[in-house]
Amino acid sequence: METRFRILFLIASAIMLSGCAATKNLFGIGDDEAPPPTTEPPGQVVDPQVERREIKEPAIDREDFEISAFIGIISIEDFGSDPVYGARFAYHVTEGFFVEASAGTTEAGLTTFEELSGGVRFFDDRRLIYYNLNLGYNILPGEVFVGGNRAYNSNFYVSAGLGSTSFADDDRFTVNFGAGFRFLWTDSLALHVDFRDHMFDIDVVGREKTTHNLEGTIGFSFFF
Amino acid sequence: MSEPSTTTILSTSRSNSSAWCVCLLLTLLAFAPGQAEAADKILRKVAVADPYLEMHTGPGRGYPIFHVVDRGDQVEIVMQRTDWYKVRTARGIEGWVDQAQMELTLNPDGTEVEFRAATIEDFTNAKWEFGILSGDFGGANIVSLYGGYSLNPNVSIEAWGSQILGNFSNGWMASVNVVHETWPEWRFSPFFTLGAGMIHTSPKSTIIAGDDRTDQIGHVGAGLRIYTTRRFVLRAEYKSYVVFTSRDENEEVDEWKLGFAFFF
Repeated sequence: METRFRILFLIASAIMLSGCAATKNLFGIGDDEAPPPTTEPPGQVVDPQVERREIKEPAIDREDFEISAFIGIISIEDFGSDPVYGARFAYHVTEGFFVEASAGTTEAGLTTFEELSGGVRFFDDRRLIYYNLNLGYNILPGEVFVGGNRAYNSNFYVSAGLGSTSFADDDRFTVNFGAGFRFLWTDSLALHVDFRDHMFDIDVVGREKTTHNLEGTIGFSFFF
Repeated sequence: MSEPSTTTILSTSRSNSSAWCVCLLLTLLAFAPGQAEAADKILRKVAVADPYLEMHTGPGRGYPIFHVVDRGDQVEIVMQRTDWYKVRTARGIEGWVDQAQMELTLNPDGTEVEFRAATIEDFTNAKWEFGILSGDFGGANIVSLYGGYSLNPNVSIEAWGSQILGNFSNGWMASVNVVHETWPEWRFSPFFTLGAGMIHTSPKSTIIAGDDRTDQIGHVGAGLRIYTTRRFVLRAEYKSYVVFTSRDENEEVDEWKLGFAFFF
């Protein structure tokens, strides 16, 4: 009798426990066991094993700087006309505007008074050296035609700025302005014809006055 | 290839005084072969994505359009000058294309290219700046050249070189300074500056008998940078200098300057 009860009790507990085991996942208690992945997601059929090629673009050659050498004639007021030479460096900021730094030198001649009076000299060191910092603008870009088959690019530009002229034992504040023509033989080589007026004050010959010193030069330039 | 042209230049040059001028020309010519080599370089290629690409004869708006490249064709970029690109077609035709059209081309891998013109954002963020200013330095004329480097959009350091041209004395001045821009993103951007340097003064012997002097200077100042267009900046500034002389009293000098600058 007692054994029968024990068997019944055991059967009852077995049923109850199995019931709990069946419902344990239903209420979300116990371990969360996700089913193991069986196949790849249906969208991806082929997994690409090729890496995307990284392309390094070659750098573009920028040619905004221009260096030039020039030679010509400058007329120094009261001191005659003398050969002048120099160099110029320009940076082209936009297609129109450029900034430039120039330096030039010449040997000044004698004034009429010095020539007529014999040995009198106002000063000994006759060298004139100038530098200037200018802003320029390509006002009339265009083309020139050589013969029937050749066309070259050209620019008519204006330029003005400030600087200093070392002349007659003094450094003189100098304003200059002018215009020039740039003939582009290739896109990197050009021929220039330039006219500038360098204005500075001088009191060596009599009273102080503002002098106009006109300069005409031709030059070659190279873009880099 | 440059040798024949070298001889030509030398034989035609007669002036002794222009010897260095000729030297410079030779240097220029020495650079010329480099240009020929450029043709062998690997050049950047882009494909035309717009209906067509217009090729001008020169790097400017005014130069006429002489050729068009069709959509899909590839061009090589030979060089760039300001905002213009010199391109070469597959058939070897070379011409200049402006920035706006180059922006509409595609890289060989199909991505869009980035050819951007300088804008006001670059004005705020550019690293390098160079400028030329002129004005009045205590009654004398002053011409100045400067270069600046931005540590961040607000703070930059500058190096200045100036020539002072007065009625009674001339001189040179070199200084370094720190610039602080409070609102660097504004088109009219005010700034404050603080710096130190050296000044060299030589009195004009005809008027005042005196020796050349070299003194230390310190300065404070304020000014305005104005973005105009592309890479151009207008700049106006006031600086108050203290010259630490060897005499009993220090000298104070006011300076007003106006000029322009451009940034990279």
